[in-house]
Amino acid sequence: MSELIDKVYFEDVNEGDEVPPFSVNPVTRTIIVKYAGAGGDFSPMHHDELHAIRTGADRIFAHGLLGAGFMGTTLEKWLGVGHLRRLRTRFGERLWANDSITCKGVVTKKYVQDGEHLIDIDAWIENQWGQRTHTIWATAALPTRS
Amino acid sequence: MAGDTLITDELRKTIGVAKQSTTIEMEKGMLRQFVDAIGDPNPLWSDEEHAKKSQYGGITFPPGILAASLMGGSGPWLDIPLQRILDGGSEWEFFEPIRPGDVITVVGTIGDLRERQGSVGKMLFIISDIEWKNQKGEVVATGRATLIRY
Repeated sequence: MSELIDKVYFEDVNEGDEVPPFSVNPVTRTIIVKYAGAGGDFSPMHHDELHAIRTGADRIFAHGLLGAGFMGTTLEKWLGVGHLRRLRTRFGERLWANDSITCKGVVTKKYVQDGEHLIDIDAWIENQWGQRTHTIWATAALPTRS
Repeated sequence: MAGDTLITDELRKTIGVAKQSTTIEMEKGMLRQFVDAIGDPNPLWSDEEHAKKSQYGGITFPPGILAASLMGGSGPWLDIPLQRILDGGSEWEFFEPIRPGDVITVVGTIGDLRERQGSVGKMLFIISDIEWKNQKGEVVATGRATLIRY
């Protein structure tokens, strides 16, 4: 039952471990529009190129929170489903349509609190120029072997 | 003259009081578009038979769906003489899974207002406390979002 879910155990993770990176290459307009549709955010700067150009940009840019979605995918691919407890995000450079991004992270803390086995992760998303579009902090609860 | 502050007495009175509520039915079509957008082909989001073997016993939504504009109540309805908007960051805490067919009610409350003089002029930070509940009254997640008007 648990093999689908529990990919990584608490005992297997150490402070300083890197999160297996996840890339989206590139973040197409189609991806951005699907995200807009799923969440119902149709602010024109995220899908209307003419609007973006009229307001001084040269193309549309992704919703900031699409990055939180990509990071959710990154952590789930590594840890499995249902382990994310907390997520916090700050934005940096804009994520422009057709940019390529990579989600990365490092385990900063491993601890037990209220009976839960937790890890804190400092994570970020960078574009093809190495600029950070998102800085993200996550806490995940992991299963134990015992 | 106190007219220099953006946070008028009237605005200050909204802290902890002003609420915005939205109800959303969590449809499978929304789920499909969302996981497609975030590049996540995990069959747990789409294959009912496969998902039955999971700890949740069925299809659930990835937690990031709450970030996809189900934020609700980030305070844009406040009457403020500033047109431009910047997302100042968000945080979430997740408690219960969301399943297709759930009816989620999002309530956003103005948690705090802060003001700062930035290089682009006056900036107002609107901090919203957000709570997501399902149709059973369970708290699915809580969050805090900062919206900057300038």
